[in-house]
Amino acid sequence: MIAALICVVSLVVFFQFFVCYCRLVIAASRRSELSERVREITGIAGRTVPAEDFERLLQFVNLCPERGADGARIRAVGTYYNLLRSVERVARRMTPPAVTWIERERQNCSYFAAVNLDRRMSYSRGVFGQRAEGGV
Amino acid sequence: MLGPVNYLFWVGSFLLEVYIVVSSFFRKEFLRYFSFNLYMLSVALVNCGQYYCIRKFGFSSMSYAYFFYYTEFLLVLLMFGVIIQLYYEVFRERRVNWHITGATLVLILATGIFSYVVVRQNETRLTTRFVLVLNQNLHFVALAFTYVLWGVMAKLRQTRTRLVQLVLALGISYSGTAVTFALRNLFPAVPMNALRLLPPLFGTWLPLAWAYTFTMVPEGARLEISPAVAGER
Repeated sequence: MIAALICVVSLVVFFQFFVCYCRLVIAASRRSELSERVREITGIAGRTVPAEDFERLLQFVNLCPERGADGARIRAVGTYYNLLRSVERVARRMTPPAVTWIERERQNCSYFAAVNLDRRMSYSRGVFGQRAEGGV
Repeated sequence: MLGPVNYLFWVGSFLLEVYIVVSSFFRKEFLRYFSFNLYMLSVALVNCGQYYCIRKFGFSSMSYAYFFYYTEFLLVLLMFGVIIQLYYEVFRERRVNWHITGATLVLILATGIFSYVVVRQNETRLTTRFVLVLNQNLHFVALAFTYVLWGVMAKLRQTRTRLVQLVLALGISYSGTAVTFALRNLFPAVPMNALRLLPPLFGTWLPLAWAYTFTMVPEGARLEISPAVAGER
């Protein structure tokens, strides 16, 4: 009985911590402006990135070499995005007002992916630039 | 037997733990984050011990099981030191260090007495299941302290990015581990294989998240939003 209680409570707390962590990581990325280069490649115009673009942007991110330990954060936000998408399907039927909030969160996830793509691209250019200089 | 994925997690987490200690030494933050470094160093040593046990006695041996659960128990106690330091950090500007010291002493004493009483009562049946229950309870207590700390941070609108990320990463790791122990305790008949990947996953998550935080987030960095806002809808 106690084990079941611990399991349920820990699971709830786990999701709460996980959501807070992801929202914090995403909020930090909102401060960054996207470069013209990334806007050109991805076709993003304003400060809002369509929620559906997340997976496409993630594919771009995965094409670039990893920068430090950012892979774990990107995977965490990817899980958060999938979680939101699943919740959205349920919310559409049960609580339609929540859909707006979920949609905004998913847009923020997409913006996070775009910022990380920008960072990884800058990092790759730096690495290749150094190699080219070394080769010369 | 352990698969390549397990070994990958194992080696990865070991390297990250060593990295955290060495990098903090080079950043001259070793003493500032002493409890973190002590914990990471201990986890790295326990990893080496576990590897030795597996090589010598095998993964399914009782020797390895006892080593795993008892060292896990010791690591939780060390983790209390980390949580206490985090409480100090949160209340640093409020000058309530004396209260934290008092509460810390009570906490350590209570944990010690509780563990002693439980171990004494179960002296004749110190089985793996008993150690599993003890670990599950201690992880849950640590999780409760982390959760309270998070609540306090939200209430005080703490905006130190490094501190917030350290606490959140700890909360994720502890809640995940508590769930794993509780599931093992709830379903002892379920083969270990089903839950085998969870402990290394959460074991790698913590050093990974901390390594990122210590390396990428400067000491003075502040959040534009408070943790309370991060949890708001």
